[in-house]
Amino acid sequence: MAILDKHAVLEKNVTLLAIFAFLVVTVGGIVQIAPLFWLENTIEDVEGVRPYSPLELAGRDIYIREGCYVCHSQMIRPMRDEVERYGHYSLAAESKYDHPFQWGSKRTGPDLARVGGRYSDSWHVDHLRDPQSVVPESVMPKYGFLENRLIDGEYIQDLLETHRMIGVPYTDDMIANARADFAVQADPDGDWDGLVERYPGAQVRNFDAQPGISETDALIAYLQMLGTLVDFSTFTPDASR
Amino acid sequence: MAKQPQKSTKKPDVDTTGHSWDGIEEFNNPLPRWWLWTFYATIFWAVLYTIAYPAWPGIKAATPGLLGWSTRANVQTEIEAAEAANAQINTQLASVELTAIADDPELRGYATSAGAAVFRTWCAQCHGSGAAGVAASGYPNLLDDDWLWGGDIEAIHTTIAHGIRNEEDPDARWSQMPAFGDILASEEIDQVVNYVMSLSGTPQDASLVEAGATVYADNCASCHMDDGTGDRAQGAPNLTDAIWLYGGSHETLMQTVTYSRFGVMPSWTNRLSEAEIRAVATYVHQLGGGE
Repeated sequence: MAILDKHAVLEKNVTLLAIFAFLVVTVGGIVQIAPLFWLENTIEDVEGVRPYSPLELAGRDIYIREGCYVCHSQMIRPMRDEVERYGHYSLAAESKYDHPFQWGSKRTGPDLARVGGRYSDSWHVDHLRDPQSVVPESVMPKYGFLENRLIDGEYIQDLLETHRMIGVPYTDDMIANARADFAVQADPDGDWDGLVERYPGAQVRNFDAQPGISETDALIAYLQMLGTLVDFSTFTPDASR
Repeated sequence: MAKQPQKSTKKPDVDTTGHSWDGIEEFNNPLPRWWLWTFYATIFWAVLYTIAYPAWPGIKAATPGLLGWSTRANVQTEIEAAEAANAQINTQLASVELTAIADDPELRGYATSAGAAVFRTWCAQCHGSGAAGVAASGYPNLLDDDWLWGGDIEAIHTTIAHGIRNEEDPDARWSQMPAFGDILASEEIDQVVNYVMSLSGTPQDASLVEAGATVYADNCASCHMDDGTGDRAQGAPNLTDAIWLYGGSHETLMQTVTYSRFGVMPSWTNRLSEAEIRAVATYVHQLGGGE
């Protein structure tokens, strides 16, 4: 058997074996991954999706740091029970500015893809401080310490630049105003017109109702915008996708 | 006695593959036929599968598959089927007079059950799975007959549909008690708190009650009424019933008057259908305190 004799060459040369093994694995990678970059139905354009505002982005970093994704998914699957419980199923475009995405793979707690606006800010404060005070059956740990950790957005501009480097379309204007936008989103008395113009739909409130910008402020700003950017009363996803 | 493993030096009657390394040879023991044919069958199955279901990437889109399977279309069909099954009663529920729901046993039964499901999905996180609220935390108990904005079916319906003090819905119920820390001296706040405590029980310091009554009449009576029974039109709570949304201790009331409270309830118009809102309003109305 000629082909088996030729195969013996690979079996006897470890470098050649490694090269050919790599090529074989590459084929699998190309078939599965490469088409996602050109197939039109993998990413649909959805109106309303925008990059995260600086405060939301900081909140997102806290979400990742505290490992929220370990228990909370952000991916409503196209199934009736999930759509009825959480709202419209998630679209790929809704997490296109997520680096890394927060889809998660386990739901000890509920899905958070559309948690924005579902609860009041003070509910979130109560719930982060002591989850069992509002949901007695919850097993979530307490995150009250976030209220005591004040943040000033010192490196927020660098963070936006880093996200721009990996493809998030932050404009020069957004980068230049990053720190000001960071501060003003938690200050309803401030001049936040520019923020809302740069980030349509950004919510400006003193989220934790306490002076100063705490990590709780940033986290709630992030939670309250999750899933709110796409207006499903005007947008109907293509069913064939 | 345990059986000793047989060590045999006798060569089994099997061919070798011809591979030989330093005199070590490999027996040619082929896979069982059933295993091999199952393996071939799975390959054949995979080919059929990629023809039947979306699979092979092309230039613009992947092959759709002969069965026309699509997760999005499937969930849409499923939801439409569920909606169609309830369409008749939902239309009826959404179109009748709110007050007429309770008079129609079929409608009332449906609305109460459907409303309970809506409540447990969307409302229980704040108001508790039993609707008893969270004591002294600003999440009202819905089982009692003490209503901030009214307890008849229409008032409950409006509250659920538009929420309270949220920014997303222009029709949200809205009122704001001033933070009297900016308006009154702390002694005056202490006086009025003692007066308010005297309305439903025992004040902390009875000597302050009389002075508190004057402060109350000047600052509080316009919303909470002269007798302290409140005004539902502007969500001003009844102060005489010993039911406290944020707690009735002297300390808590000092906080409430000094900094005021600002409880927010989301608007549900965009999240729930009219029939669902009416169902959950009916459910809440029949919990015990409905008027």
